[in-house]
Amino acid sequence: MAIKRIGNRTIKFQNPPSIIGTSSIVGPKEGDGPLRSYFDLVLEYDTWGQKSFEKAEAKMQEEAIKLAIKNANLSVNDIHFLISGDLLSQIISSSYTAREIGIPYFGLYGACSTMTESMSLGAMIIDGGFADYVVCATSSHFSSAERQFRFPLEYGAQRKFTSQWTVTGAGATVLSAKGEGPYITYITPGRIRDYGITDTSNMGAAMAPAAVDTLLNHFKDTGFTPMDYDLIISGDLGLIGRRIVIDMMQKEGYDLSENYTDCGIKIFDTVEQDVHAGASGCACSAVVFNGYVYKEILKSTFNRVLVMSTGALHSTTSSLQGESIPGIAHAVTIEKSI
Amino acid sequence: MEYITAFIVGGLICVVGQILLDTTSLTPAHIIVTFLMIGVVLGAIGVYEPIAEFAEAGATIPILGFGYSLSKGAIEGAKAKGVIGAFAGGLESTAGATAAAVLFGYIISVVSYPKSKS
Amino acid sequence: MDNLTNKEYQEYAKKKVPKPNYLKNSIRAFFVGGTICLIGQIIRNGLFRFGFDEKAVATGTAIIMVFLGSLLTGLGIYDKIGKFGGAGATIPITGFANSIVASAMEYKREGYIFGVAARMFTIAGPVLVYGIGSSIVVGILYLIFTAGR
Repeated sequence: MAIKRIGNRTIKFQNPPSIIGTSSIVGPKEGDGPLRSYFDLVLEYDTWGQKSFEKAEAKMQEEAIKLAIKNANLSVNDIHFLISGDLLSQIISSSYTAREIGIPYFGLYGACSTMTESMSLGAMIIDGGFADYVVCATSSHFSSAERQFRFPLEYGAQRKFTSQWTVTGAGATVLSAKGEGPYITYITPGRIRDYGITDTSNMGAAMAPAAVDTLLNHFKDTGFTPMDYDLIISGDLGLIGRRIVIDMMQKEGYDLSENYTDCGIKIFDTVEQDVHAGASGCACSAVVFNGYVYKEILKSTFNRVLVMSTGALHSTTSSLQGESIPGIAHAVTIEKSI
Repeated sequence: MEYITAFIVGGLICVVGQILLDTTSLTPAHIIVTFLMIGVVLGAIGVYEPIAEFAEAGATIPILGFGYSLSKGAIEGAKAKGVIGAFAGGLESTAGATAAAVLFGYIISVVSYPKSKS
Repeated sequence: MDNLTNKEYQEYAKKKVPKPNYLKNSIRAFFVGGTICLIGQIIRNGLFRFGFDEKAVATGTAIIMVFLGSLLTGLGIYDKIGKFGGAGATIPITGFANSIVASAMEYKREGYIFGVAARMFTIAGPVLVYGIGSSIVVGILYLIFTAGR
């Protein structure tokens, strides 16, 4: 009997895991944005003394994990599982990081939805009694993602208006069976929604239906309304995706205009920083959650937050072959107290 | 005078490309290949020659001009050496630019690194 | 949303996308493309002054423009010109050089054979394939159409 399930798709934890430590590391451009003061470390150079952007990304993830564990007053050997993923092929940033960390590791590919995907799985592992401490992490790097998914850095192509800027950064979250919160109380895992959008420079529109689907099911299963949340924040839908979500939710009878925003809009000044439709990347929701949202929860600015990282699960091969972009969104409810 | 015509004709060719970029889902790579092929065809039917004479660099610097000299070279090769010339002519007439692209491309790639963007 | 069809959603999403500023983009492309051609013209006139014939001047101009495009790419400037000028930077032959150098230097970490040399033509390769291929077709067609004369 799956006694922890409520409704169709949602899980309500019986022993909600606590988030006892987080960390966020970002590149220089992110550090110039409005959330600068929330990040634990802002790099001066996005290569961080490494020989390649890929190595720099792995280093960011490794340092973020160590820092989160330190912030939780634990040592690496206390952690039972590392759950992480990233954007690069065969999730190399995560696996090379796991090699250095040296604890049991589950590698995920959820594209930009990785943060809440790993938190969902970590929370279930803890509530199930399989671990006392789990660390969830992800990273992305503008320069490593750009060359894999788009064009070489020095290529003089114009970015489309709908395109989004991959966040350079890494974030990690330590979940614990014991603790005084903030707690993960509910999760609503997403299912793939794909309405045939093939334009990889318009990910917001490709992922928005998945976000709407997850939100609708979350509200239906839990009985919450948008007003029960102090903040509802999606991962990287950007300006266009956010507009679509508000509009589609309106049609379904939910008013999100008051307290819903998107990490991809929060992290940059979209007017001043020339990021077009906002930010994207695994690190987008990771650093905004582990930096801004978490710290504001600790300050009691927010008491109940719904974090929903969104992912576009295509590859360069699939998009060259004309396949559309499968979108996904995993929602996690975080409460200051229970 | 030829500076002004080069500027205007070259600029206008690029505007056509920009409109295609903005209104279709074509990538820059698609646009370059399309323009190149247009240059080859216009060169083959003899339309591009007068444009190139009128606008000089304005017509030869855009990738259309590369297509034009490819087809012009192939026709000249065919005239002079028949089938063998048809095969070799296009490459012969553009050999300088292509070879330069390979050599300079290699040297510059070896000595420089992509820079972080912001 | 369960009864939303793919087509309906795509139409709907299209409406949510703001239109690009066609006029501004075109003016920038005109200015940048025109300037690059103007520089080409200056080089061309300069080479004529050295007494080269038409063929040598055409080749020499192309070589110098390719060099300039490569150099500006290596210095990290050409992508900024491209960002500003769009097609104005892509369509001139300097853009061809840019696509070669940008791809090659990006993949230097993968070595000089499979990295630099093999990746050099990821974007520029199609230009050579279609350009050279079609020029041969043009040459053969010319022979066929003139065979009777």
